[in-house]
Amino acid sequence: MDWFPLYNSLRIAAISTVIIFFAGIAAAYYIAKIPRLLKGVLDVILTLPLVLPPTVVGYLLLRLLGPKRLVGAWLLEIFGTKMVMTWWSAIFATVVVAFPLMYRTARGSFESFDETLAYSGRTLGLSNSWIFWRVRLPVCRQGLTAGAVLAFARALGEYGATSMIAGYTPGKTATISTTVYQLWRTNEDALAMQWVLVNIGISAVVLLCVNMLEKRNGQWIRRRKERQYAGSTH
Amino acid sequence: MLEVHIEKHLSSFTLVVDFCAHQEVMALLGASGCGKSMTLKCIAGIVKPDRGRIVLNDRILFDSERKINLTPQQRRVGYLFQQYALFPHLTVAQNIAVGYRGRDKKAKRQAVQNKIEAMRLQGLENARPGCLSGGQQQRVALARILINEPEALLLDEPFTALDSYLKWQLEMELADTLKHFGRETLFVSHNRDEVYRLCHSVCVLNDGKSEAKQSIQDMFQHPHTYAACLLSGCKNFSSIRRLNDWQAEVLDWGIMLASDRKIPEQATWIGVRSRSILLSSQKKQAQSFPCYIQRCLDDISSTILMLQPLHGQEGAALRVEIDKDKENTQNWRPGQTVYAFIPQDQIMFLQ
Repeated sequence: MDWFPLYNSLRIAAISTVIIFFAGIAAAYYIAKIPRLLKGVLDVILTLPLVLPPTVVGYLLLRLLGPKRLVGAWLLEIFGTKMVMTWWSAIFATVVVAFPLMYRTARGSFESFDETLAYSGRTLGLSNSWIFWRVRLPVCRQGLTAGAVLAFARALGEYGATSMIAGYTPGKTATISTTVYQLWRTNEDALAMQWVLVNIGISAVVLLCVNMLEKRNGQWIRRRKERQYAGSTH
Repeated sequence: MLEVHIEKHLSSFTLVVDFCAHQEVMALLGASGCGKSMTLKCIAGIVKPDRGRIVLNDRILFDSERKINLTPQQRRVGYLFQQYALFPHLTVAQNIAVGYRGRDKKAKRQAVQNKIEAMRLQGLENARPGCLSGGQQQRVALARILINEPEALLLDEPFTALDSYLKWQLEMELADTLKHFGRETLFVSHNRDEVYRLCHSVCVLNDGKSEAKQSIQDMFQHPHTYAACLLSGCKNFSSIRRLNDWQAEVLDWGIMLASDRKIPEQATWIGVRSRSILLSSQKKQAQSFPCYIQRCLDDISSTILMLQPLHGQEGAALRVEIDKDKENTQNWRPGQTVYAFIPQDQIMFLQ
């Protein structure tokens, strides 16, 4: 069995998760601060890929990055490579499709952050960036990791947009999802089943991680509530 | 010296605060939601006032005319939040170390150790704030602020998050800490007992407007305004109509008041404490007035009577408190008529 699709899927998912992690945090942090109307509009745009069919995302990406399209032609001129049909083209697709998961989880996390922690840090003379990296992110870490794990899982399972922008070239752009489709089309049932099991295995592990993170988070909140309750009954 | 003259428009009222504190513990006293915490936030630089000036010693923290607005980091004002705002992911020692301003690692470790000892936190160095009691959390928060060497201290209702047993213990500790600190301290509270015990002076905030600063004894013995008198724990108020320097009509209770003290011209209210009213079954003094006993309530150490003056307005009941161990505890019963007498020197004229 050729393990290339597994390796390719994992590297695409890993790289896009890193991109999504930082982009999602930045978007969640800055969008919380802008005026309400603009916030509403940007929020819709950034969440849209979550509900759009992946083929629509793939089509839009092709319109943008295709070798004869505006951005694609410009990049072709500068870098001398096409943006589509390479293994890393799939990263464009997975980043766009999985981004809303990170963005929304991070935003929820930031919204529940107790702002007096930042205030107290500032009155103590700590710089705003210190507070961001050393207080806000660590305090919100459970939500942020959960968002990253979800984004990773989604990126790993992406099929629609990936197949449109990266296609299926065995040993070059094949991912697990596109391989399963190809194997089914060519009636290689046994091999398809193997890949399906691999995929189910990875996804189950990822979901297990999410559950464990949420459980830890839940316990922490429960402990806090219990303490507050005990304090108020005296 | 901490000088504050600020204005800030808020959704439900406009905050207008004007006071000056000199190396003292000053209380900002007011009902909840009257702008006490907002005032502290303006001083700390978390919220920007619309107009005004804040000066701490020789530094201008904020001046709207000269366009000066220092960041909270530059102000060196320590702020103790109601819930203490400790960083939950750091240990006690790390939380305190965060406040240290110097760079020298050895000096920092020593300073943190000193603060841990001073605040009696030994053995808790590696605990997280979530595992501490409310009192311990407050001590960590104070240690973190004091290691930062602030030039003024703002305390936002420091005892609300605690149960009453801990509160007493911590209040005594805080009194020592404040004495040792010895600089301008603002103490926000709605609890008059705490304020009386801990503060030297008091500034009453009434619907977002600050009233003139008073010494703490003055505010409790001779309050000038209705709001101050109410906050000092007085329960009985009536609006008055001043007839001349010596006479006034007490509108709510339907009586005439003849005073041997000059009635201040601005006086529109009088206040009488519930323990100052004397009762008898016969009319003994000329100024006594008949009342109907609405109800008798049994309190722990006193009996509380609710009296409706016979010629007064409906619902303008007086609250009278009689100590239980006093000999004059007659068995007052609801429905009886009694004569109430307010000694002249117990009447507080208010604006």
